Amino acid sequence: MTMTYKNILSAKEEVGAKSGINIGIVTLNRPTVLNALNHELMEELVTALEEFDRDDSVRAIVLTGSDRAFAAGADIKEMSDETTVSIMLKDRFATWDRIKNIKKPIIAAISGYALGGGCELMMMCDIIIASESAQFGQPEINIGVIPGAGGTQRMTRVLGKYKAMELILTGRPLLAREAYELGLVNKVVPVELYLEEAKAMAKEIAGKSPIAVRLAKEAVLKSFDGPLNEGLQFERKNFYMLFSSEDQKEGMKAFMEKRKATFTGK
Amino acid sequence: MSDEKILLTEKKNGVGIITLNRPDKLNAFSDELTFQLQDALKEMEKDKDVRAIILTAAGRGFCAGQDLQSRSIAQEMGERPSLGDSIRRRYNPIVIKLRRIEKPIIAAVNGVAAGAGASIAFACDYRIVTDKVNFIQSFTKVGLIPDSGATFILTRLVGLTKAFELMLSADKLSAEEALNLGIINKIVGEDDLMKEAMALAEKLAMGPTKAFGLTKRAVNRAVFDDLEELLEYEASLQEIAGRSDDFAEGVAAFVEKRTPQYTGK
Repeated sequence: MTMTYKNILSAKEEVGAKSGINIGIVTLNRPTVLNALNHELMEELVTALEEFDRDDSVRAIVLTGSDRAFAAGADIKEMSDETTVSIMLKDRFATWDRIKNIKKPIIAAISGYALGGGCELMMMCDIIIASESAQFGQPEINIGVIPGAGGTQRMTRVLGKYKAMELILTGRPLLAREAYELGLVNKVVPVELYLEEAKAMAKEIAGKSPIAVRLAKEAVLKSFDGPLNEGLQFERKNFYMLFSSEDQKEGMKAFMEKRKATFTGK
Repeated sequence: MSDEKILLTEKKNGVGIITLNRPDKLNAFSDELTFQLQDALKEMEKDKDVRAIILTAAGRGFCAGQDLQSRSIAQEMGERPSLGDSIRRRYNPIVIKLRRIEKPIIAAVNGVAAGAGASIAFACDYRIVTDKVNFIQSFTKVGLIPDSGATFILTRLVGLTKAFELMLSADKLSAEEALNLGIINKIVGEDDLMKEAMALAEKLAMGPTKAFGLTKRAVNRAVFDDLEELLEYEASLQEIAGRSDDFAEGVAAFVEKRTPQYTGK
């Protein structure tokens, strides 16, 4: 089933010819407004992500924008007239919250602006590949508000208190190189290659056991949520659980037979 | 105020030509001229039909550097200006563009290039000059440090020993000496400058622009990987120099056409 979207593009790309294994690619596509994230776009984005999450042939997802902008922020026009009560009742972030439930790894391919909501959306992804022209930031302070989609929490966990505080209180952007040095992005590559690089990473992960990938992602994310001991126990359970999968049998057998494993996702 | 445009741009055979046009001031950088140069570079970067760029100037000088009588530098009401901010807003964006535009940029240097005027020429990819040209690192004459990238671009062009000497002496460097030091590509007769620059630019404009651009990107990575950081550092140090008594004395002496009496403060 292919849905038609107005504000995004959604496509599948096969990992190897006739492998039947795909990566999903979602492209934010409101070029005239630098991919400003309005509600309609977010609904479409989450729908597309959930569709890929349900699609067994899809093993990893790439989320990208254009060379000029991943997303320059939320759609300010859409919320400038809101009141405390009206914006609360609309609960627009409920849509964003659904991204947290996507089980498959999401690889962000970022070029140009990833600001405000764009930066927060990026930080909800699992791996971030950036182009040399990418810039990141939370400029909400400049328009009299603060990040509302996780920026103050996720940025602080990644960068630490002081750097996050600086970025959030001044609204100043980070350039790609600095973001890499601070550990906000995995890799910086020339603008001509960032999308390919992200796809290659997605395809590499698509070759692993999907059940192991899923439990690994879950366990890594668990480390953000609670005390270390809980996370360690969670990891241990996931580790034990994998011993009831065929992929574990195949993976370990292939290792001992010195051949490449063929994972089935069972 | 005259209606004369202080910056001219032209497009011909794939070549974008930018001409500084304040000949009566030896094309010294007023605030407005630096902003117009930034805009012109941005436009030429975007313009797909422009595949090589010439930066030149009108009259007998290339560029005398900062206009010491312009608003951002002149001391108003006893306040000392923020040179750091002036550099960050005006000169550093020019240097960054000259390095980042992925098209060959030729400085066709038609006369004296002093201070930031020399720095801007050093930041280009090619320098073709007339035999009358002098490069002067004039900053220290008025109690400042070389800026607009000169502290590291010149140093990387000629090596530490000679670069430091040039910066502290503020001596004129002739075209001949510049050629020997490898700072410039070619010396031509005064009447041939634009002809020679155009010939080179047209040839480059017909070349594999993408490969040239990627070559420039790789060279930047190798030699100017820390461009933004060093420009920012230079601006900070210029801010300090700009607050010194020696700078105030340097500018006063320049305006009054006398020898400055420096105290080291």
